[in-house]
Amino acid sequence: MAAPQPINVDSLNIYYGDFLAVEDVTVQIEPRSVTALIGPSGCGKSTFLRTLNRMHEVIPGAYAEGTVEIDGENIYHPKVDPVNVRRRVGMVFQKANPFPTMSIRDNVLAGVKLNNRRISKKDADELVETSLKGANLWEEVKDRLDKPGMGLSGGQQQRLCIARTIAVRPEVVLMDEPCSALDPISTLAIEDLIHELKESYTIVIVTHNMQQASRVSDRTGFFNIAGTGKPGHLIEFDDTQKMFTNPENKQTEDYISGRFG
Amino acid sequence: MSTTDAAEESSSSASTLRRGGRRFGDSLFSVLSIGSGLLIFLTLAAVAIFLTNESVPALLASEELAGFLSNAEPDFSLISYTAPYIFGTILAAALALAMAIPVSLGIALFISHYAPRRMAAGLGYMIDLLAAVPSVVYGLWGGIWLVPKLEPLYTLLNETLGTFPTWPGFVPWVGGEPVVALFAGDPTAPMNNLASASIVLAVMVLPIITAVSREVFLQTPRLQEEAALALGATRFEVVKTVVLPFGRSGVVAASMLGLGRALGETMAVLMILAPGATFSFHILEVGRHQSIAANIASRQAEASGVDMSLLIFTGLVLFVLTFIINAIARWIVARSGVKS
Ligand SMILES: Nc1ncnc2c1ncn2[C@@H]1O[C@H](COP(=O)(O)OP(=O)(O)O)[C@@H](O)[C@H]1O
Ligand SMILES: [Mg+2]
Repeated sequence: MAAPQPINVDSLNIYYGDFLAVEDVTVQIEPRSVTALIGPSGCGKSTFLRTLNRMHEVIPGAYAEGTVEIDGENIYHPKVDPVNVRRRVGMVFQKANPFPTMSIRDNVLAGVKLNNRRISKKDADELVETSLKGANLWEEVKDRLDKPGMGLSGGQQQRLCIARTIAVRPEVVLMDEPCSALDPISTLAIEDLIHELKESYTIVIVTHNMQQASRVSDRTGFFNIAGTGKPGHLIEFDDTQKMFTNPENKQTEDYISGRFG
Repeated sequence: MSTTDAAEESSSSASTLRRGGRRFGDSLFSVLSIGSGLLIFLTLAAVAIFLTNESVPALLASEELAGFLSNAEPDFSLISYTAPYIFGTILAAALALAMAIPVSLGIALFISHYAPRRMAAGLGYMIDLLAAVPSVVYGLWGGIWLVPKLEPLYTLLNETLGTFPTWPGFVPWVGGEPVVALFAGDPTAPMNNLASASIVLAVMVLPIITAVSREVFLQTPRLQEEAALALGATRFEVVKTVVLPFGRSGVVAASMLGLGRALGETMAVLMILAPGATFSFHILEVGRHQSIAANIASRQAEASGVDMSLLIFTGLVLFVLTFIINAIARWIVARSGVKS
């Protein structure tokens, strides 16, 4: 495989019907690294994140203008099938959402079994093991793979969702406040996991927790809005180190010091 | 206990709140709701008691069943009279469901997950209208318009498939036929056969099953659907992995509602089906089948005494049959229910 390329977002405007939610985002996201998106609620972090795997447009009336290049290919090109984009760009949601009717094992395999892709039992077993290990969940569930995924704790369910996401071997993993519903121990488990995952995946994580952003990410983007009903903007984007110690922009500084102070 | 007392002493305002008691509206509401619950129960009990009570003469009079319904048959009995109608009722309902369920699910999924929003609303409205059409109208439409239109189809089925599936099948205990071959036999026009009745029944239960399934499908958690989409599921795969498993028990419940209507539907069957009392699986043949409900409706005006008792007994059987089916449905729903 060729060396991974950055994700290039250029002049992206994101709409819900007539409402311009996020305006004119241009940014380059480094491969094999963790990029955190922070900002006050309602400023469009989730909205922006969901344009990176074309999940935004599943909401009726929602669309985006501009380009997002992943591996040198504009995923908003008219010929591109969003289904294929989502297979390459996985997503972990705020609230853990394992499939309630499926066992732990079937949850992990769900993405692989889509589109009638056949997989032998041996390959499936291996994939389940490596994916669960990759999500730091294997030791906890290896004896009950056939039990429902809903029987796990919240933190385990979230790691199951991560296992399910990496089982399809995406290039990019998007996470939208993956720890916001979790206790501190589960949160640490996921943060550790994020550190390991960036060896193999490009990770973009939305978080409302700035300590978390500074702990897990290499680069940080700060979104803000001028007021309700106004579009969100990407105010500043830089190395996490710099963003948290010496930001260029006054808004970023206010936001960061306001929260820390 | 002591803490409550202390709280009561320390705060007089809390105790006024507590002693204020239930408002008038609350008590009225609880009387009304308990009352209507009781009323439903009493009505059901009254129907059951009536049916059982009035069936007793027929149940006891094993030899004197010689009313006009017996038709002077030598081996006439309660069972020999009722069994073919049970058979006809179940066969008609089963065929109707077999046709209606797939179509209903298709329409429900189309409305809930494929159609553009405005079209979905229009379609949903039409389905509701369809559910409101009285059965006598379906009977007229089926009997006068649909049956002649179906003739070529029946002839085709009879010629092509009528001889093919002659597997040895279910042999009924009274005078049945040794083979099951749905399209076999000798259909003659006008095609007032069980197939026609079942098709009209299917049209009648379709709106119920569709409406209930659509509601269930629409309640699929957004988060579940997005989970599948984010894994790269196509719309069909979302339906397969999330919507259908989520809606399974609801679909069973919807189908059972439809089955309930199909079993008890009287008017349309009465107006379409040329009756007979056999255990034939030849659904294209005319004058072979009859349902319990349509039989009661067609005979009750002329019946009295033991004949009436006999008819009421068949009504009791239908009542019990729907009860059993409801129980099975509940069991299936409870068993397949999604734990949330
Ligand atoms: N489904 C939606 N339909 C319409 N507007 C939405 C929808 N989701 C979010 N928005 C709007 O888009 C803006 C950005 O929201 P969001 O991306 O959820 O913010 P954040 O994740 O940063 O809290 C907000 O003004 C919000 O009201
Ligand atoms: Mg958000």
